[in-house]
Amino acid sequence: MKLLTGNDLKSGAVTWWTGSDWSIHVEHAADVGEHGESILQAEEGARRVNAPYIIDAVDTAEGPRPAHIKERVRALGPTVRPDLTLKPADPDAGDWVI
Amino acid sequence: MYSYDKYDQSIVDGRVAEFRDQVKRRLAGEITEDQFKPLRLMNGLYLQLHAYMLRVAIPYGTLDSRQMHKLADIARKYDRGYGHFTTRQNIQYNWIKLEDCPDLLDDLASVEMHAIQTSGNCIRNISSDQYAGAAADEVTDPRPWAELLRQWSSFHPEFSFLPRKFKIAVIASKEDRAAMRLHDIGIELTQKNGEIGARVFVGGGMGRTPMIAPEIGPFVKAEDLLSYIEACMRVYNRFGRRDNMYKARIKILVHEIGADEYRRQVEEEFAHVKKLGIDPPLAELERITEFFAPPEFAADADIKVDRSDPDFALWLDQNVKDHKQPGYAIVNISLKPIGGIPGDASADQMDVMAEIAKQYSFDELRVTHAQNIVLPHVAKKDLHTVWRALREAKLADANLDLISDIISCPGLDYCSLANARSIPVAQKIATRFADMDRQRDLGELKLKISGCINACGHHHAGHIGILGVDRKGVENYQLTFGGSGAEDVAIGKIIGPGFDEDGIVDAVEKATDVYRELREEGERFLDTYRRVGVTPFKEAIYG
Amino acid sequence: MAELRYRDDEPHEQPAVTLDAFLDQSNAAAVRLEPDDDARALIPYLDRISLIEVGFPAFRDGRGYSAARILREAGYTGELRAQGDILVDQIAFMRRCGFDSFAPEGSLDPAAVERALGQFPYAYQTAADDADPIWKLRHE
Repeated sequence: MKLLTGNDLKSGAVTWWTGSDWSIHVEHAADVGEHGESILQAEEGARRVNAPYIIDAVDTAEGPRPAHIKERVRALGPTVRPDLTLKPADPDAGDWVI
Repeated sequence: MYSYDKYDQSIVDGRVAEFRDQVKRRLAGEITEDQFKPLRLMNGLYLQLHAYMLRVAIPYGTLDSRQMHKLADIARKYDRGYGHFTTRQNIQYNWIKLEDCPDLLDDLASVEMHAIQTSGNCIRNISSDQYAGAAADEVTDPRPWAELLRQWSSFHPEFSFLPRKFKIAVIASKEDRAAMRLHDIGIELTQKNGEIGARVFVGGGMGRTPMIAPEIGPFVKAEDLLSYIEACMRVYNRFGRRDNMYKARIKILVHEIGADEYRRQVEEEFAHVKKLGIDPPLAELERITEFFAPPEFAADADIKVDRSDPDFALWLDQNVKDHKQPGYAIVNISLKPIGGIPGDASADQMDVMAEIAKQYSFDELRVTHAQNIVLPHVAKKDLHTVWRALREAKLADANLDLISDIISCPGLDYCSLANARSIPVAQKIATRFADMDRQRDLGELKLKISGCINACGHHHAGHIGILGVDRKGVENYQLTFGGSGAEDVAIGKIIGPGFDEDGIVDAVEKATDVYRELREEGERFLDTYRRVGVTPFKEAIYG
Repeated sequence: MAELRYRDDEPHEQPAVTLDAFLDQSNAAAVRLEPDDDARALIPYLDRISLIEVGFPAFRDGRGYSAARILREAGYTGELRAQGDILVDQIAFMRRCGFDSFAPEGSLDPAAVERALGQFPYAYQTAADDADPIWKLRHE
């Protein structure tokens, strides 16, 4: 599957395209299929996202899992600061990245 | 310490106002990201993996308690309560919001700080010796020269769109604590017939093509310094490669045309530039030098230190260095706790360091290129008090220059350029060698980790260097031996195939075992490696 | 044609010729320099040139800044025009290097240019403009 991701223009936070909006949770990301490029252009023009791009991901039971480790680090947060990730209560959250 | 006058302040204030306007235009959609990117980069604002990252300049690594307190305030107010001190003696904040950035820059300007030229293809923050003004072996304090260069390079109209970024370091001792010859321009102040002048090295650097800078100007007089550096820069700006960003640093130009030809061109340009009157009178260097006058040391300061507390004695032996003034010492604060993140400090720790500096170090702190902090002027009678206060804040690790004093770039945990994570490797190695007796037995061992070929973690200059690479989407780590950023400068060599994260920790341990077996009296790891060569190490690691 | 011009004399209207063409016949009074042309090749002819146009194919290519200063240092007083990919935030640097007219590919907002030129009342360095550097102001 293909996901569309970028950073929020104002805050810089990592965001994922859900099909109608942006979410900081990769679990909410939608498969953009072949439409990534057109959504990307419209959304960048609307200034809701900065530097968006399309990535490969795998659909899993827990939701989309980006194919590359860099995108998984983006989706979670720094593995060396679990307290600053999106899953601070889950001590094993970092395992998902590797 | 240098203090701004109305001119310096007008430059910094002008930049804040300019950036406020640029951010407003970007948020209003008047300019695109393509147009905004070079503008924010010139203000040190990057878009990293998780957020915007702001790099704040700490000129030649020197700051006072007021400034350190402000860095702590900024960490709390605009970030997540911490900052990362870098190999360029700067500080980076990892979670900055674009809309907050102008206010943040205003806060910085209120304590004479800024983020000017901390990114972009321009002359970056000038770095220097963290022991400047305190080291017994310096011929003069290098910081007035660095400040002169800082001012000259700030908003230089001709050199703001160079082929590539440009880094300058200034030192004034034979012992090189600033990796001087691994800079685009490295300056070593030296004395000849009673006069101080600059030995100018050009074309060093790390990155994907590491080079040691050759000497270009053997002795440049103070009154010629800016003309000479301007000539060096102009030759680079005109003839440095622009067809390939990986070949655009000045080291490639100097390497391709040769040091002799580069020197010839610089001398020709200098003969021309010198006539233009761009050098300030010596009175300007004297004006700046007055700001760096030595503090009022007590002439009769006690030189004895009570070493009866063994933990304190350990810290004294490892982290405290001789000062040029009897009765005083240089204190190194390690930002490398075992299992911690190299170079990170919490806002509370910054406040503690600021407070200690104010009370016990004539209000001065330094940031080192090894990502530690220095209190340059501590009276020996206060050392025990300082140590206890540091220990309270978990800042008294006695591991300076030992294997756990690791330089590490942020790596793939933060950086959008990285191919592999660096910090977890640093943490695992430090934890493996946590035992202090074991570390001290291994002695000085500079281990440096970069998460990609750009070498921000100085792996080329590590006695042991580790380079993270991406091997088909999996993190892989290459090992280099024999590098040094000191006066025995050398580029490390890759010893063989790479390892996974656990494998690299084992390989480092095996290398230290070989060293212990083969070392001769007084030899550091680096010395033994240089004497015996790579073979016994390779056999132990790959055999 | 320059969109912004900071000179009072009549603009030179004939097209600029390439450096090679100029050096071949050299009766033209307007020359265009590309980034890899050597500005010093023009030094013997400066007194009969009234327009030198310096091309900036990409705003990141800063060679034209050195070309401008070299020409001004050699005593050139004619029009010095920057043409190409020019950002509003570069105009102040270009003015300091000696450019006195601008022909940007995109259009520039004159108000934004005015703002940019007035942002910094002082400068640290000696350059091709007549502003006194800060060190001089300090020691007067």
